[in-house]
Amino acid sequence: MIEVRHLRKVYTRGAEVVALKDVNVTISDGEFVAIIGLSGAGKSTFMRCLNRLVDPTSGEIVIDGQDITKLDAEGMRQVRLKIGMIFQEFNLVDRATVLDNVLMARAGYLPTGRSVRRAFSKADRDLAFHCLERVGIVDKAYQRADALSGGQRQRVGIARALAQEPRVILADEPVASLDPRTAHVVMEDLRRINDEDGITTIVNIHFLELAKAYADRIIGLAGGVVVFDGPSAEMDEPTFVKVYGTRPQRMGVAQ
Amino acid sequence: MTIINKRPTPDGDTGAGIDQVPVAAPATWPEPPSKGGGWKRTALIVAIAATYLWSFWGTEFSLVKLVKGVPEVFSFLFIRMQPPSLNIIPLALRYTLQTLQIAIVGTTLAAILSLPIGFLAAKNTTPNATAYQVTRGILNIIRTIPDLVMALIFAGAVGLGPFAGTLAVGVHSVGMLGKLYSESVEGIDPGPVEAATACGLNKTQTLFFAVLPQVIPNFIGFTLYRWEINVRAATVVGMVGGGGIGFILMENLRLFNLHDSSMILIMIYIMVQLIDFISARVRLRII
Repeated sequence: MIEVRHLRKVYTRGAEVVALKDVNVTISDGEFVAIIGLSGAGKSTFMRCLNRLVDPTSGEIVIDGQDITKLDAEGMRQVRLKIGMIFQEFNLVDRATVLDNVLMARAGYLPTGRSVRRAFSKADRDLAFHCLERVGIVDKAYQRADALSGGQRQRVGIARALAQEPRVILADEPVASLDPRTAHVVMEDLRRINDEDGITTIVNIHFLELAKAYADRIIGLAGGVVVFDGPSAEMDEPTFVKVYGTRPQRMGVAQ
Repeated sequence: MTIINKRPTPDGDTGAGIDQVPVAAPATWPEPPSKGGGWKRTALIVAIAATYLWSFWGTEFSLVKLVKGVPEVFSFLFIRMQPPSLNIIPLALRYTLQTLQIAIVGTTLAAILSLPIGFLAAKNTTPNATAYQVTRGILNIIRTIPDLVMALIFAGAVGLGPFAGTLAVGVHSVGMLGKLYSESVEGIDPGPVEAATACGLNKTQTLFFAVLPQVIPNFIGFTLYRWEINVRAATVVGMVGGGGIGFILMENLRLFNLHDSSMILIMIYIMVQLIDFISARVRLRII
């Protein structure tokens, strides 16, 4: 369970920007939550607070009874091992093979010396291949990551997150760089993994339709606060206006 | 909604669906941003002209002397130095290869020294501000000392000969290689580093898994490039006692053995061309 209480984040580099004012959210194990909102609403900051790629200014983030805002670097590293993350720009090492990119997820479980020698166990390699198989790109294992298409690259990103054997997956705009058809394939992958493994999945997403189609629950952020939190089905037009400040326009998504 | 960008057609289709903005005539389009008044440009031209005049004056530049002197250069190179002597070839070859050895060992030494400096002197991988400042300082000091001076210093320390030349070439190269390495590290895509951190990798693991794969090809390219430069540097350093072909060339020039000297120059030329060719080919393969 993830409990976020009075989360506040103020960026102080240059001009002061209040990214998150006071966010309170509780997410149960196994939920599939979409976080929607305009660019600058604080979605990305919120997500990066959950694994402390961004350090909160104040507030608590309690994951399984442990307030992670109080952890030191090594404690936080241990928590991150169990939180997979997927990025809009994939964040793969382009020059490395697909397999090496996925094996990165196992490095954190090894002592530093063994990991930098790439002395991965048979079990780690099996797991990496298994994760690639689950997203349907096991045949690309030995190709360089930059030789793949956008959709394939994002699936490497998903395989990498899976190979961490995470309890939570954070996906920051995972389909914003993809074409609409590929976007559906990637969302289906995330949904299937959530259904099969029960991994808590939190997805930042621009497109309301994708959020409604794949998430159980939608959290709407606007101006650094939660303006909507409920089942996807309850997301209607008045609520939309609250989140986006404008009436909905349909975005063509080919099925 | 599918947006079809239609334009109005003569048969009455107004291209409905896109906003029609009536064009007001005559339009005043935005002026390009002003770069300051005309006096600024004039001042700049005057400053540049003054700098040139000052520099030519300082170098005692003289067209008259130049015109008088050019025939002398030609007669030196193409008459007095000709023909190149053939019996110097075995000796010259041996020392040319020694210069190559100086360049190889010197460049390798420089690469080894530059590797940690490259990461310590890069903003995104340095462990703290002190390490950053100290390594940047070291790089600046090294760059200030000319390689000839470095050769003299090392000759004093380890005696005249190729070893002093190697140390001079090696340490001097750190000034450039360390800087290029650190700039390469600063230029990496931060995405994989973020991903590695999110995966729970510690700093060392992040360096090996997210940073090194991005910079290694650049490092190899820069090192090969520096090796090319060092073949020439090793020749020059040899002239002040750093061993190799430079040492032999200096001796023969001093004794006015001009036919031997011209053969030595030819051999240096061949070596430099060969190394440039090999290095360029390898660099093309890597990057």
